[in-house]
Amino acid sequence: MGNIAIIAKREFKGYFATPLALVFIVIFLAMTGAFAFYVGGFFTRGAADLSAFFGYHPWLFLLLVPAIGMRLWAEERKSGTIELLMTLPVSTTDAVLGKFLAAWGFCGLALALTFPMWITVNVLGAPDNGVILASYIGSFVMAGAYLSISACISAMTKNQVIAFILAATICFLFTMSGAQLVLNFFQGWAPEVIVDALRSMSFLTHFNAVTRGVIDLKDVVFFGSLIALWLFLNVIAVELNKSR
Amino acid sequence: MSERIALTNLTKRFGPLTAVDGIDMSVKGGEVLGFLGPNGAGKSTTMKMITGFLTPTSGTAHVDGIDVVSNPVEAKKQIGYLPEGAPCYGDMTPEAFLGFIADIRQLSGPSRKSAIDIAIERVDISGVLDQPIETLSKGFKRRVGLAQAILHDPPILILDEPTDGLDPNQKHQVRTLIQEMASDKAVIISTHILEEVEAVCTRAVIIARGKMLADGTPAELVRRSTLHNAVYVDVAADAAEAVATDIRTLDAVNDVTILDGAAGLQQLRVTSKGGKSISIDVASILKEKGHPASDLTTQQGALDAVFREVTKGKPIAGEGEVTHG
Repeated sequence: MGNIAIIAKREFKGYFATPLALVFIVIFLAMTGAFAFYVGGFFTRGAADLSAFFGYHPWLFLLLVPAIGMRLWAEERKSGTIELLMTLPVSTTDAVLGKFLAAWGFCGLALALTFPMWITVNVLGAPDNGVILASYIGSFVMAGAYLSISACISAMTKNQVIAFILAATICFLFTMSGAQLVLNFFQGWAPEVIVDALRSMSFLTHFNAVTRGVIDLKDVVFFGSLIALWLFLNVIAVELNKSR
Repeated sequence: MSERIALTNLTKRFGPLTAVDGIDMSVKGGEVLGFLGPNGAGKSTTMKMITGFLTPTSGTAHVDGIDVVSNPVEAKKQIGYLPEGAPCYGDMTPEAFLGFIADIRQLSGPSRKSAIDIAIERVDISGVLDQPIETLSKGFKRRVGLAQAILHDPPILILDEPTDGLDPNQKHQVRTLIQEMASDKAVIISTHILEEVEAVCTRAVIIARGKMLADGTPAELVRRSTLHNAVYVDVAADAAEAVATDIRTLDAVNDVTILDGAAGLQQLRVTSKGGKSISIDVASILKEKGHPASDLTTQQGALDAVFREVTKGKPIAGEGEVTHG
């Protein structure tokens, strides 16, 4: 086993050592269901698709993914185990990737457990399963992007609550950056380039593109490079902060 | 044996604060080096640099010839490290935790199992293997941390306050363990407990304010004490001054101090010049002058007195308390 896998395995099991995993999965499933049926109007829409379900994922992830990511490094620093981890023969990059993959895997598990939605919609009608698959992939990749932000912020503080709030705020900015509300604030005084850049940073825009069933390379590159960037910052944050 | 640990001009600054100031030191296989110093002297910081947790501001640290800064992963493979406070993953059981460490240490198959079994036996934690570490007592937590450090039978062991918070029996057990393992390893332990240094260390280094102030065997350091071979004797309170004057006539005697006494007796402390043995001289002069005396004892000189003498130098201007331990 490589170091990344060993660390990921330990971290993944760590979620199940406490009630956190159970609480998280139950709440995630309850909320995805509630949003899809009550807010999204799954039944009244009269369409055999899961857009009512996926449409609320950015908003759910906004709160729930920072909750998964907040402990990744803050807890190690708080309890001092970071000194143990970083004096084992593991590179910082291995540790960052291992922890990220464990948490991402956990998000994937939670997402996979929403399969009754998929069964339901297939029983009720004949949806385009390609679109649903693309949406699941898009949702998973978007969760990874939220998570990379949360993991990086977690490495900057010993306090999990601060890590959660900061990460949720940054995730919110990335989610909302394409919304007219935010863009209006910049339009009129900021150069068009900046407004375009902000619009292109929006998770919503990219995610909505994917949920329409088209996995466009530019959306994949967007989320992929965002994850890579935040993980790179994560490595730096760990190096800078580990002994503080 | 060859040099296992070599530190050259090792320095660590935190902003304006110099926590470790140009330490040169080497430790050979078979040596158990006791790292002594007041809180904030730079002991832990030095250990953190050797183990690759902190990057030195300047200077180098080599373990088994491997540079800790340029080749950290290889260097860390040679080291078993017990950080201060023995941090462990509290939600894991000792069994799962040691399994994780064994995986990271690239042990597999039968050697993995035997390494874990040996470590468990050595620190005697077989009774608590399936309890979460956070529910264990301080002594057990410390021992789990030790098991983690010795698991891969490393040539170099760095233990930061390995017996802190243990009861006397556990302390004894850990000291025995260190001695057993020391035959071919280079071991550095940091401690505040000076008897521990005399009990387990072949060499003692005293540091304060980041500088090395003394380096020698514990016995050599004890000899530095001004109280080495000092003689204590009880005499009648009314004769104390006269006895003191008589003893001062001896060549080998440095000074006589009249200490407190009780019940008509007064204790005299006679310090020796250059640490020579003076008990016979003192006894014979008391006999010769006909002074009744009782309870004549010789003090070896205590390591803690040396420790205080060496570390209580004048504070260097502009230096504050080191918070990094």
